[in-house]
Amino acid sequence: MDHTGSVKFFNRGPSPVVRLVFFSLLSLLLLFIDSRHQYLESTRSVLSTLIYPLQRLTAVPSMLWREADEFFTTQTHLARDNAQLRAQHATDAARALQLQGLIAENARLRSMLEMRERLDLPLQPAEVLYTERDPSRHKLLVRAGAQANVAAGQAVLDDNGVVGQVTRVLPLLSEVTLITDKDHEVPVQVLRNGLRMILFGSGNANELELRYTPVTADIQEGDTLISSGIDGTYPPGLPVAKVTRVERDPAYPFARVQCVPVTGVNNQHWLFILSSLEKLPPRPETAPEPPPAKAKKVGKAPQ
Amino acid sequence: MNMLLQKDREFMLPARTTFIAGSLLAALLFNGLPWSGIWLALRPDMVALVLLYWCTHKPHRIGIGIAWLIGILADVADASLFGQHALAYTVLAFGGIVLHRRVQMFNLRQQTLQVFVLLLASYSAYAAVHLQVQGRVAWTYMIGSVTSALLWPALTLLLQALRHPRGSSERP
Repeated sequence: MDHTGSVKFFNRGPSPVVRLVFFSLLSLLLLFIDSRHQYLESTRSVLSTLIYPLQRLTAVPSMLWREADEFFTTQTHLARDNAQLRAQHATDAARALQLQGLIAENARLRSMLEMRERLDLPLQPAEVLYTERDPSRHKLLVRAGAQANVAAGQAVLDDNGVVGQVTRVLPLLSEVTLITDKDHEVPVQVLRNGLRMILFGSGNANELELRYTPVTADIQEGDTLISSGIDGTYPPGLPVAKVTRVERDPAYPFARVQCVPVTGVNNQHWLFILSSLEKLPPRPETAPEPPPAKAKKVGKAPQ
Repeated sequence: MNMLLQKDREFMLPARTTFIAGSLLAALLFNGLPWSGIWLALRPDMVALVLLYWCTHKPHRIGIGIAWLIGILADVADASLFGQHALAYTVLAFGGIVLHRRVQMFNLRQQTLQVFVLLLASYSAYAAVHLQVQGRVAWTYMIGSVTSALLWPALTLLLQALRHPRGSSERP
């Protein structure tokens, strides 16, 4: 009888106060475990698979809106778009031709210098499903998860440059931390002179910061920052940000350098995940290679 | 007297389990819509409202345990820490269940004030966790509890209209 009445536990079981204390303690325990350890990731992925259909449903209104919008696009609009794309294509094609030559030349030079071939970048498109509710945490959930061979730590790009990196992988989704997130850093280089720095997110959507920049550092407004590839997460040479303001106050040892991301970090619908999965295993072998480079770097710039 | 009876009848209306579950799912769906910017701050917490509705109207059906479960689901959907929403909804459900007799005595406008206090309590539980984990008070969500409270009468009327069986439209 006791077993059949187990449903009644919630009906006429312990008093509300007891239940409040019990569930509050349970929540606090979960909070503690989740913020300190990683034990709950599997539970999270199971639950996320359960509510995945719900999340797909939430994307329906915006999808309908986009489709309706596309449906009612005027002919002039289309024609204009078409012309613009054609022009873009012509330019790109010309560039691509040059690129072929450059790639060949580069390969020759690299082989001459006996340098490791630069990684070919396999990109995997991923649709942005939704953003996180907390406005101070710059994270997105994209529709490509463990099933699509996404792994934590992979870089996420869009057509303009670096957007962020995958920080958590669920079976069907993955969480992308944007470069504007407060706790996110990207190792960068100034395109103009190759100065190496670290770019910090600020927590604001359109702001990045180069902290610990010496007052005497050669950096100007309008400089483009590209990823340096030193961390192994972001491939080298991708545009990341543009310097908007340099403030040098002799009272402080460091200059204040503000930048904006080159990508519209917050207004993309499709992103690309750099699936370096096949390239990952060989990395430990090549690990001995970077240290000399790193040591050189440390000698140049202590940051 | 007549009014009291009628109000009592509103609270005595039967509610099917599927309807309760459906309303909670719809609320989760609503919360999951791609809100951003100012709308994110203004967004009413529909899950909290629907939970509170059922906690005050059917306290023997929807209790603290279910509120906690819904909170865990909300945590996963939100990619926030496990237990953050669960704690907030636990506090909310507790308030709703303890006060459900009192809420039943008031009319909709007076209920709104009571509900606002409960939502504030729930918000402070959420904000306390936020403060502990992120080191900042999440003031923006407070606006959300105001809009949630303002939506209470509308939501109550909506759910009550939906709960009326289609045949019995003889209500005055």
